[in-house]
Amino acid sequence: MYDFNYHRAESVADAAEKIKAAEDGKLVAGGMTLIPTLKQRLASPSDLVDLSGVGDLAGISVDGNTVTIGAMTTHGAVAASDDVKQAIPALAALADNIGDAQVRHRGTIGGSIANNDPAADYPAGCIALGATIVTNTRELSAEDFFVGMFETALEEDEVITAVRFPVAKRAAYMKFPNPASRYALVGVFVAETDGGVRVAVTGAGQDGVFRVAEMETALSGNFTADAIEGISVPDDDLNTDIHASAEYRAHLITVMAKRAVAAAG
Amino acid sequence: MSYTVSMTVNGKAVSGDVEGRTLLVQFLREHLRLTGTHVGCDTSQCGACCVHVNGTSIKSCTMLAVQADGVEVTTIEGLANGDELHPMQAAFRENHGLQCGFCTPGMVMSAIDLVQENPEPSEKEIREWLEGNLCRCTGYHNIVKSIEAGAKAMRGG
Repeated sequence: MYDFNYHRAESVADAAEKIKAAEDGKLVAGGMTLIPTLKQRLASPSDLVDLSGVGDLAGISVDGNTVTIGAMTTHGAVAASDDVKQAIPALAALADNIGDAQVRHRGTIGGSIANNDPAADYPAGCIALGATIVTNTRELSAEDFFVGMFETALEEDEVITAVRFPVAKRAAYMKFPNPASRYALVGVFVAETDGGVRVAVTGAGQDGVFRVAEMETALSGNFTADAIEGISVPDDDLNTDIHASAEYRAHLITVMAKRAVAAAG
Repeated sequence: MSYTVSMTVNGKAVSGDVEGRTLLVQFLREHLRLTGTHVGCDTSQCGACCVHVNGTSIKSCTMLAVQADGVEVTTIEGLANGDELHPMQAAFRENHGLQCGFCTPGMVMSAIDLVQENPEPSEKEIREWLEGNLCRCTGYHNIVKSIEAGAKAMRGG
């Protein structure tokens, strides 16, 4: 790992200022992806701005039909939250299946979505539930936020402060984990929201998370696993790597989607 | 650039000068000479470097020493009370929960955190929890037995 200047931000405004002032700065939340990336010298920022000292970024609140999760809330805290378990159990279950216990103690929702790993779990949850990403300057829909593989709509000095999830009528997330990394080989989040049924797929797409319109239409009329039995996603734009071929991922999408629908009941 | 960090390690106040890139595990092993915490994979997967930060288990190869400024750290060296092993350490010894022993400090630290969160874990819960701790010798069976026994001992027998 190349050396860098380290700064501990005292507030969100302070973090934005420090990142703007840095030559090539990077925000660090839990560091569960960033630190391994630095070790492999896949990134070598001049400055790291640590958000862990900004106390008001961590925490969970429920207000009516909205669950708000602070950007620095760890996966472990989301998984253990009675509020989340009650309001959106699928989201608590998703958090509980990220990485391992030690990673869940450090990794955060803000860090995960800012990284937008094409095999990360949270992007599927955000898209399917119709979440709103709140930053220090604006609010944007999850669909506008996730742009492509490891790419988001965030500006260089923009800091995610929270993610707001509307409570779904029913929802479930099913993932086929890579047995070594626990990243999603394919993960499908299905939710029936006030805005209709949404199906979001992670782990498979070359541009990261995506929705499956055909499954959404079929489920709108008949929310059963049978309704999507015959629907498969073409494998043209799916990933092929040492873990799975595009063809296998296409197959898994239908299998995981059916299981998610069955689990959502 | 150099930074001065201060933290409490195994109940003792310590401080030292580190680079931004110095990992917590390097600080523990190379600055404090607490070499019980091991570096196995150095890629956040194997859990040999597991320590407690403010009471919860984390991988010290994936936390910067500067990030640990002001925290409380417990390492494997901080568990025993003089000659008396921590119940989890004793359970690993009694149940032959190790062979080469390299992963053991991380296993023990991780297991204690599990029991703090879940005092009576089932075998399934223990195996799930050990997702982040790899052992290449034992096949895990005796580790799971050790943790079951250690959890019982921590509950007071």
